[in-house]
Amino acid sequence: MIKCENIFKSFDGRTILQDISVQFESGKTNLIIGRSGSGKTVLLKTLVGLHEPDSGKIFYDDKCYTDLSFTDRRELRREVGMIFQGGALLDSSTVYENVRLPLDMFTNQSAAEKDKRVKECLARVELSHAGHLYPSELSGGMIKRAAIARAIVLNPKYLFCDEPNSGLDPQTSIVIDNLIHDITVEYNITTIINTHDMNSVMEIGEKIVYIHQGKKWWEGSKDDILHADNQELNDFVFASAMAKRAKKSL
Amino acid sequence: MLKLFAAIGRYMMLMRKVFSRPEKAGIYYRRILVEIEALGINSMPLVAIISIFIGAVIALQMGITLESPFIPKFMIGYATRETMTLEFSSTVIAIILAGKVGSNIASEIGTMRITEQIDALEIMGVNSASYLILPKIVATVLFFPLLALFSMMIGTVGGYIIAAFTGIVLPAEYVEGLHYYFIPFEITYSLIKMAVFAFIITSISAFYGYSPKGNSLEVGRASTRAVVTSSITIMIFNLILTQLMLT
Repeated sequence: MIKCENIFKSFDGRTILQDISVQFESGKTNLIIGRSGSGKTVLLKTLVGLHEPDSGKIFYDDKCYTDLSFTDRRELRREVGMIFQGGALLDSSTVYENVRLPLDMFTNQSAAEKDKRVKECLARVELSHAGHLYPSELSGGMIKRAAIARAIVLNPKYLFCDEPNSGLDPQTSIVIDNLIHDITVEYNITTIINTHDMNSVMEIGEKIVYIHQGKKWWEGSKDDILHADNQELNDFVFASAMAKRAKKSL
Repeated sequence: MLKLFAAIGRYMMLMRKVFSRPEKAGIYYRRILVEIEALGINSMPLVAIISIFIGAVIALQMGITLESPFIPKFMIGYATRETMTLEFSSTVIAIILAGKVGSNIASEIGTMRITEQIDALEIMGVNSASYLILPKIVATVLFFPLLALFSMMIGTVGGYIIAAFTGIVLPAEYVEGLHYYFIPFEITYSLIKMAVFAFIITSISAFYGYSPKGNSLEVGRASTRAVVTSSITIMIFNLILTQLMLT
């Protein structure tokens, strides 16, 4: 479980997040949705520790992240996996080396054990054949899957995904969504996904938080979202004329 | 001026992060070997080409300038050796490497910054500054002095070749000049200077590469700033080290 309480964050005097309190559940795919510029990426990066909140508290299960020392935070981060928008694989390393890096850095496993674990993770994301390739030789979908393999190699308790579907076609997006969802359930991970892809919302949105102008505007599930009466949320979810007509017919 | 002090402060904080205890020594050892190849061995052809031509030009110019019958011809070899040893193979080669290696480091790390690869390392719990920068610093501080030695050798060979081809001085006289009044400490002085310059080039370039936030334009600017600042700092430290070690 990850919980944040009364989070405020501003940059250069401009307030980006205002008084956000929300709880994300374990074993579920938790989605943060919102328009571009609404503050959802800042919220995700604040939750993961890349930005320090101006005020408020963040809890990883029973640990208050905001009160942890630098060393304790570094320890906790070994239980965190993150999938970045562009994959963020190290360009100078192959897919295999990228996935193996966390094992090399933080475990005392033998070379054979590491090799076995890397191969397991690559098989899990169906990239067994691509371990020798460099990121520049991969398609967009393969980069995302390699990033997932790297994120899960240390069996994380918490998984953060920043727009995992950006730049992907709808079918590949659904493959990636389902992969993240399956991994979340399989390993009982607390997964937080930042997205504005409505296919993802309808496919895997077990808990959805809608952010608008830096504030939490609404929260619920993918079933609730269809019947929500929040005007801002409806304008975002049912943005096109066709979607608006579909909403009226519900 | 305030900006300069702020930048120096950020640079010191980054260096503190860089020189903190590495997570896994074995990984760093392997990365140092990779960086020695990328930053050092791959620079050898450039250093060789520049050094051989500069050595030849120095010998040629000395031959033209020292036409007086009162100045022995072997002075051409002596002057070539002294120029290469004292200044060219350390300072000028360092300036050239600031352009080649410095811009490479700044753009590589800058690109990693804007494509979130550094954030990814941080999220994993890796000390990204140490992981990315420390092996580069160790590799260049160890290898650049060898490049300086290599440059001295190639430069004096360049002088020898031009002497043999043009006849401005007999090869035997040129070699006699190379041995004339040889002070071994001058080599030590040059190698120490090069080690300091290597640290300056790598740490300053890494600092500028690590800092940019934004787009590829910012990476380009960081790369330019890295080369300019490294070159100026090399000149300042050249003066300081010469004052400290040779006077």
